[in-house]
Amino acid sequence: MSAALAPASPAELAEAVKSAPRVVVVGTGTKPRLAAVGDDVVRISTARLRGIVEYEPSEFTFTALAGTPVREIAAALAERGQYLPFDPPFAEVGATLGGTVAAGLSGPGRFRFGGLRDFILGVRFVDGEGRLLRLGGKVVKNAAGFDLPKFFVGGLGRFGALAEITFKVFPRPAVTRTLRLPAADAAAMTKIMTNAANTRWELDALEAAPDEGVAYARLAGPAVALDALASEIFARWPGEALVEAAAGKFWRDVGELAWSHAEGTLVKVALTPQQVPEFVAAARQTAEARSWIGAGGNVGYFSLPAGAPATTLAKAMLGRNAVTLRGTAPLWPGTRTKFEVFRAVKAALDPQGKFPGLDE
Amino acid sequence: MSPDVLHRLAAVLPAGRLMSAPAQLAAYESDGLTAFRARPLAVAVPETQEEVIALVKFCSAAKLPFVARGSGTSLSGGSMPIKDGIVIALNRLNRIVRLDPAQRVAVVEPGVINTAISVAAAPHGLHFAPDPSSQTICTIGGNVAFNSGGAHCLKYGMTSNHVLGLKAVLATGEVVEFGSASREQVGPDWTGLFVGNEGLFGIALEITVQLLPRAETFHTVLAGYRTLELAGDAVSAVVASGLLPGALEIMDALALEAAVAAVHADYPAGCEAVLIVELEGPREVVAADRVRLDGILAKSGAVEVRVARDAAERGAIWKGRKSAFSAVGRLSPDFIVQDGVVPRRRLGEALRKIGEWSREAGLRCANVFHAGDGNLHPLILYDGSAPDGLERAEALAGRILKMCVEMGGSITGEHGVGMEKRAFMPDMFSAEELACLKRVRAAFDPLGIANPGKMFPAAEAPALTQHGLHPLEKAGVISRE
Repeated sequence: MSAALAPASPAELAEAVKSAPRVVVVGTGTKPRLAAVGDDVVRISTARLRGIVEYEPSEFTFTALAGTPVREIAAALAERGQYLPFDPPFAEVGATLGGTVAAGLSGPGRFRFGGLRDFILGVRFVDGEGRLLRLGGKVVKNAAGFDLPKFFVGGLGRFGALAEITFKVFPRPAVTRTLRLPAADAAAMTKIMTNAANTRWELDALEAAPDEGVAYARLAGPAVALDALASEIFARWPGEALVEAAAGKFWRDVGELAWSHAEGTLVKVALTPQQVPEFVAAARQTAEARSWIGAGGNVGYFSLPAGAPATTLAKAMLGRNAVTLRGTAPLWPGTRTKFEVFRAVKAALDPQGKFPGLDE
Repeated sequence: MSPDVLHRLAAVLPAGRLMSAPAQLAAYESDGLTAFRARPLAVAVPETQEEVIALVKFCSAAKLPFVARGSGTSLSGGSMPIKDGIVIALNRLNRIVRLDPAQRVAVVEPGVINTAISVAAAPHGLHFAPDPSSQTICTIGGNVAFNSGGAHCLKYGMTSNHVLGLKAVLATGEVVEFGSASREQVGPDWTGLFVGNEGLFGIALEITVQLLPRAETFHTVLAGYRTLELAGDAVSAVVASGLLPGALEIMDALALEAAVAAVHADYPAGCEAVLIVELEGPREVVAADRVRLDGILAKSGAVEVRVARDAAERGAIWKGRKSAFSAVGRLSPDFIVQDGVVPRRRLGEALRKIGEWSREAGLRCANVFHAGDGNLHPLILYDGSAPDGLERAEALAGRILKMCVEMGGSITGEHGVGMEKRAFMPDMFSAEELACLKRVRAAFDPLGIANPGKMFPAAEAPALTQHGLHPLEKAGVISRE
């Protein structure tokens, strides 16, 4: 394998894309399966493509180069009392902004205001022909042109190389409260999630640890309001509030998927709350498997130790839409419908197949 | 186009659902952008998804251009017909296919009226968040095509942020299903790419939307100011405070006058501007936040601050705001609505320029805008019966749009490019970027039959030929590539 190219500017990224017949962009490798393509594909590292280009707190927007660590951005936003409300995962272990977009990953906070797709505003990217293009906008509201920025979310870098990304941000709530709500079984846990989502409380996050049999609810807002809301929630489902330090550690661990097998296979599965019991049951029936439920039952994560056979994973996916983030399992271990237009759009953005296809 | 095509097209649908008599077509000649008209060959009125698919397949085989249309409320001319094409009217595809309160999703057909979703969801304490001003008549299919916004975009986003999945027939005749009922996606966001396509990719047949619990409490405040600047400063202060209001809207003196005339809205006397701020959420949260908001507004130099005491008073405030567009119709025989976006910190400067330029042009211009997200809606009043009335209004509109781009904003926040702003796309995007958008369009519609002539500057179909040059072209302001 040739040494990775390391462009330091969008223009250099365009040159890097043009410099080899086939390329794939990599960040810090927190989701290594997404870029695990053939050795003939030259790696372009975003390690030097970093930095916040613009940050306007009064506009609720920032623009940063794709290789900027999410952690750095979070720190800059926090200084001005702002944040990315979807809690980008793997931030503590060095995930980059571009990698998070390409992977299409959102953390617990996506429950309240939406996921990464709901906060991305614009992109500068290099298409398969090496052209540096800007689509979307830099203001919080824009409807001009097709929404390519959203399309890049979850696109795994297969349609273009991200150079620079603009996001919307929000003011950070004053305080949070984390409520631990034990449940008798998966059905009870799902019921807590479904019911808690349909209340007046406007929870900030709603996750569940099936292996532990516990649902976790997070409230965010003015302190005086949260204690009253927490009491009402506990009156419905007995539980306990985590003290601040424990809550901080808990959400950091959730963000890093610390519960999963560190060297094993990690898969993200799109779910509806209704499908949660089935998903949990399938995980239970799989030897050594661990699982996690996020976004009020709209996403499941599934983890297996290294070396578990691919057939085990496929069986547990129950034919749902799933993507492998880590490990050697197939990239799409569930089902994936393909339409003719998928091929046509790939050809429109990358006619020569400069970037790998979604099936590589 | 030969009569034979129409004859064959009629056979695709049950008898009586293809209209081609001039009297029948008249109602479809224009949309919310009333300055422009074009008569289509025919209007097809399908009642089922299968009929829409059959129509699109027919159009693809016959290379017959088509425009999908809901209630025809597009303010950018997005649903204007094509002279040599057909209109596919989707109003009868108006079923709410499924409403699942536990999962908080609804699956609807494109002809469902925006508010009908919230009405159906209301018994379950849920609602559909996107709320364009035309929400009582516009359809979800149009909202999807144009990624419509509304008064609550800063906090809740646009239509796209509430569409989880959809089934569509593409211009090629291919029927696709993007996304699902899950709020999370795996793989590229095809749903996100489809929403906002302005009818250039195909027709959505079934749309899965997320529903949100209706906020328990609202705190709606109307504050009157002697100047627009003071109202703008109040917005900046609210935003800087760390509050996240559901809505932050400003109306200027002329817009207030119109609302008073149309719906007898009542505003503080002697005000050049009114600011509407709305907090929403659990009662405990709103109670805490309103103390902060009241403190900010008390120091903002307002002439008067009114708090809605109940749902009726809140409704009255919003009725005045949402009727502003149509209300302006009472002040002037004709008007056009603009939709540019500027960075919020430059709102004051933008409004000053709009004021100066309207005076220079001798035109009245009312301003109603989503101050929270910098989305301006100048309503330019003109007299279409005057020889150069429309031309002067369009010239002013063009000047405003170019200013928005120069300030780092956008030519459209929520109305879409459509017919109206296609000439300004090169101000926002380079030739290479436009070429990229065109290639993506061609991937969905290689023949260029789905709503041709919209969004892109070098018009694919001369839809307006019978009216001669675009007024801006005649005025020498724009030219086609």
